[in-house]
Amino acid sequence: MSDQTNLPPAHGSFYQRDRNWHPPAYAPQYKTSILRSPQKALLSLDNSISEMTGPVFGHNILGDLDDDLIHNFAEPGEAAIGPRIIVHGRILDEDGRGIPDVLVEFWQANAGGRYRHKKETYLAPLDPNFGGCGRTITAADGSYRFRTVQPGPYPWPNGVNDWRPAHIHFSLFGNGFAQRLITQMYFEGDPLIPICPILTTIRSQDAINQLIAPLDMNNTIPMDTLAYKFDMVLRGRRSTYFENRTEGN
Amino acid sequence: MTQDLYRLKESPSQTAGPYVHIGCTPNFIGIEGVFDTDLGSAMVDGETVGERITITGRIFDGAGAVLTDAMVEIWQADAAGLYPSPQEQRGTADPHFAGFGRCASDSKTGHFMFETIKPGQAPFKDGQPMAPHVTFWIVARGINIGLSTRMYFSDEETANAADPVLARIEHRARVDTLIGRRDGDVVTFDIHLQGENETVFFDI
Repeated sequence: MSDQTNLPPAHGSFYQRDRNWHPPAYAPQYKTSILRSPQKALLSLDNSISEMTGPVFGHNILGDLDDDLIHNFAEPGEAAIGPRIIVHGRILDEDGRGIPDVLVEFWQANAGGRYRHKKETYLAPLDPNFGGCGRTITAADGSYRFRTVQPGPYPWPNGVNDWRPAHIHFSLFGNGFAQRLITQMYFEGDPLIPICPILTTIRSQDAINQLIAPLDMNNTIPMDTLAYKFDMVLRGRRSTYFENRTEGN
Repeated sequence: MTQDLYRLKESPSQTAGPYVHIGCTPNFIGIEGVFDTDLGSAMVDGETVGERITITGRIFDGAGAVLTDAMVEIWQADAAGLYPSPQEQRGTADPHFAGFGRCASDSKTGHFMFETIKPGQAPFKDGQPMAPHVTFWIVARGINIGLSTRMYFSDEETANAADPVLARIEHRARVDTLIGRRDGDVVTFDIHLQGENETVFFDI
């Protein structure tokens, strides 16, 4: 076994998801969840090959400006309005290993808190040079980065006066479909964080903290762009060293 | 005290929200010119091997209302039962088959639709064949963590009866919630988030 101990366990099943760490499906403070939450027990399923495999996307799908929301929707010579920020970090598994080739998709409101979407009704104006979407693929060490403007907070119809803290949505593909995850990144110091009806559906304060990106002065560009560091963790995989059957046989 | 396992926790899920289209299907919502095409919008091309089918359906909430703001993703094997994934060790899947599809619910009718092929059989962990199936993942406003389920095929009664995953469903009447109804080339799979016909969702 000694020659195998440094090999990543590529084909084991994923560690069980800790559903107490995630928000519950049914969370009455977030009203829309009331009628959209399954009420029967989930069927527990040891991963089969249908869950352990997943699509992997190549760099060929990426455009030059996919990781630059300041410019990817802007007219030539123009730029989105708002505080310029870099968001960077690593996608890790639960064993702390960086995961390469993760497609990271992100979307957000503009600096005024307005989304470019036909169902959006907030009175803040659209920025003609801001679309709000981007994507990138992690490097060999699991790292990613992109440039954008800091989104604004905005009100939403839940309670009569509920506001979302500033946030960026993230969608992640690992290398198995069981790792599929959508989450949100929040910004250090935002006073709306502790009163957000969506974020506080998460029971554990430590879990909430995992979604709050700190200001990262060492990755700023002086006189140009601030930086926030946001690592995300996808499910880890079991090794198969002592199983008497390999997957799929 | 003991030694530390040094394990990290998976990042907590958060809802995809009402504006998931901006990031995942921007062309669908009219944000054009950023991405050439929406990811997952084409699963097959002219040379894909297999029986062409259309999978369509709607998602219903606990009051029977249709969701018009959901996003559905599917993942399936090719016609030979192989997955187009680097993790697939049993062979090489059809290079003309993506295996992955993504579709936003229609903003008026709530229908999702995938043009794909019928998958072959892949083995369960113990080597038993699983009946042909398509893995579904559903996100939307009000869904705090993506919902996983599977669609099987109504024209595969024998294989379904022998399927090791369907066999685990204790309340047998609920098996029907995972069967897509085939009529010609169209397979209809409605998903119920709650209620009497609540779809069986998986903790995978």
